[in-house]
Amino acid sequence: MQTIRIETITRVEGHGKITIRLDDKGVVEDAHLHVLQFRGFEKFCIGRPFYEMPSLTARICGICPVSHLLAGAKACDAIMGLRIPETAEMLRRVVHLAQVAQSHALSFFHLSSPDFLMGWDADPAERNVLGMAAEHPDQVVSGIRLRKWGQHVIELLGGKRIHTPWIVNGGVSAPLTVAVRDEILASIPEALAIATRTLEFFKHSMEHLAEEVDTFASFPTMYMTIGRKDGNLCLYGSRRRHEGWLRFADADGNIVADNIHPRDYADYVGESVDPASYMKAPYYKPLGFPMGMYRVGPAARLNMARQCGTPLADAALNEFRARYGEILQSSFHNHYARLIEIVFCIERMQQILEQQGILDTDIRAEAKANEPRGVGIIEAPRGTLIHEYKVDSNGMITGANLIVATAHNTLAMNRGLRQVADKYISGREVREGLLNRMEGLIRCFDPCLSCATHADGTMDLEVEVVDSVGQQIESVTR
Amino acid sequence: MPEQNQYQVKTLKIDGKEVAAAEHQTILEVARENGIDIPTLCHFDGLPSVGACRMCVVEVKGNNKLLPACITQAQEGMEVTAHSAELAEYRKLIVELLLTERNHICAVCVSAGHCELQAMAQKLGVNHVTLPYLHIKCTIDGSHKRFVSDGNRCILCGRCVRVCSEVEGAHTWDVTGRGINSRMITDLGEGWGHSETCTSCGKCVSVCPVGALVEKGRSVSEMTKPNFLPYLLQMREEAQ
Repeated sequence: MQTIRIETITRVEGHGKITIRLDDKGVVEDAHLHVLQFRGFEKFCIGRPFYEMPSLTARICGICPVSHLLAGAKACDAIMGLRIPETAEMLRRVVHLAQVAQSHALSFFHLSSPDFLMGWDADPAERNVLGMAAEHPDQVVSGIRLRKWGQHVIELLGGKRIHTPWIVNGGVSAPLTVAVRDEILASIPEALAIATRTLEFFKHSMEHLAEEVDTFASFPTMYMTIGRKDGNLCLYGSRRRHEGWLRFADADGNIVADNIHPRDYADYVGESVDPASYMKAPYYKPLGFPMGMYRVGPAARLNMARQCGTPLADAALNEFRARYGEILQSSFHNHYARLIEIVFCIERMQQILEQQGILDTDIRAEAKANEPRGVGIIEAPRGTLIHEYKVDSNGMITGANLIVATAHNTLAMNRGLRQVADKYISGREVREGLLNRMEGLIRCFDPCLSCATHADGTMDLEVEVVDSVGQQIESVTR
Repeated sequence: MPEQNQYQVKTLKIDGKEVAAAEHQTILEVARENGIDIPTLCHFDGLPSVGACRMCVVEVKGNNKLLPACITQAQEGMEVTAHSAELAEYRKLIVELLLTERNHICAVCVSAGHCELQAMAQKLGVNHVTLPYLHIKCTIDGSHKRFVSDGNRCILCGRCVRVCSEVEGAHTWDVTGRGINSRMITDLGEGWGHSETCTSCGKCVSVCPVGALVEKGRSVSEMTKPNFLPYLLQMREEAQ
């Protein structure tokens, strides 16, 4: 028996490794993703006042802290047992849209596009954002500009690009000014132009990526997201309108469980512990483990949405569906779905900012802890994010459970790895480009393995082939 | 003859500058009157000084010990050094010891941006620590209706004890334990919300230099503390 280890996975957020076990004939027996970091947030938050949780848990991630801030703030709202003012909800939605757009831009341009544009087998020294800058400067500039735009909107609203203190329990801490609203609105046309141009470009690139569509986690699974009453794409989930409740669909897109109140999430989401990884593997409880595998994220969201709800994004989604079907079974479609969602985010942001009431100064509700438990759920860029807090009568945290988007996809990522390994890995020869496809599969999910990011692709990649007693047969180092 | 002494002017030198001090004036008071800045953390204008933090230590010629300027009275002929490379290092070390003893993670603190310890670290150039963190685990008391006491962020300056005792007259706050086991307590340790002496006036929260005594419900960076105490004391003096 041989084991191939890809350690550390490059161009993903955080630290992880892949192991591929081969039998004596060189046939793949198993492929597995391991998350190597232990964070401990659920433990060291115990004893803190509940309203500190958004800012504490925001530190989980530097790419999508807004997601944790929002999920945390929603859980706090639930503990306080209140509905936040409408303007506060609108502003939270705007900052969330900015964050999804910038995070998707990072994933698509910085982390994944080197594989599409430079080729899976290109020299690793070139196959990164710096190599891209030399060969495809327009794409790199587009990516940087789009990400910068999203980050700048977050900064304009919240005072800081990362870990903004603006998103708080009960709403937001400061109202929107006319100047900031106008500056954001003025910046929208350029962002939208970049997004639509990139979508057009990738649409044509997809013609050369048919093999990846067929191989990269292309199998039927269930899907999970939060929903709106009109069935359209839902990222924030308004508590005021009783939206943002969980729904599950089967592999054909039929809704099998709907209107699951956030507080009841644990009746449907079970968590399995993987002894080889610090990441848990959630599953759909009614079907059990591991039958209850489901996927979350951009493609899953689009699979379950009636429409996006904005003109350009809807047109793109319809074209996408006409070409690939109503259900996007391959996780490779996450890349395309991300681009559609970026367009949606920019369009929706404009709609919200042009609404009446966006400048109102009633932006925060205050209350003590009135409920012993609160659950906040949003759609983070990578998928459904769940924050659950329990408090004592003084509002001090007695328990916390956080299920991040990446964890929901654990089972699908492992099965996808097996699918890619079956196709590309066999025998004792280990070719770097083939292993890069294994990493590429993981990048489809844009996993956030921790808050750290290693976006430049320059980390060491060490692949070892060892025999059944651990003797190294071959080693490939990037 | 105390009446005469009351008006006796003393002359001394601080950092080479000739200065004059009235009777009972401390080195810190004289220095500040003359535009010489000596850093402090536990001192608070309007409250009696106790020399707890040792930030204001100065050298006095002829004395081989460092003396806290806030409780050392100015003497005739004193030659005081308030600023030297050695003193700067001592002061940085004091801040470093405070930062490493308990949990002072500014990034997630409600007082970030309005914290005297944070400001002092920035002012003195303490941009990293070299000592190991102790992370002593202290209680967070959330039993009060309006306020929270987080011992993890306390620097034991004792301002809350003094303001509660000397200004409010309640003496709800005090210190229990010794040395590294020192902790702030309300009454006999039964929890702030259950204190029979606390009047919920909020003076202790107002004078707390860090994020240890704060209002409930404040998120990161949101705890600002209006300094109303000097105004209050002035009003009282005028009323008398």
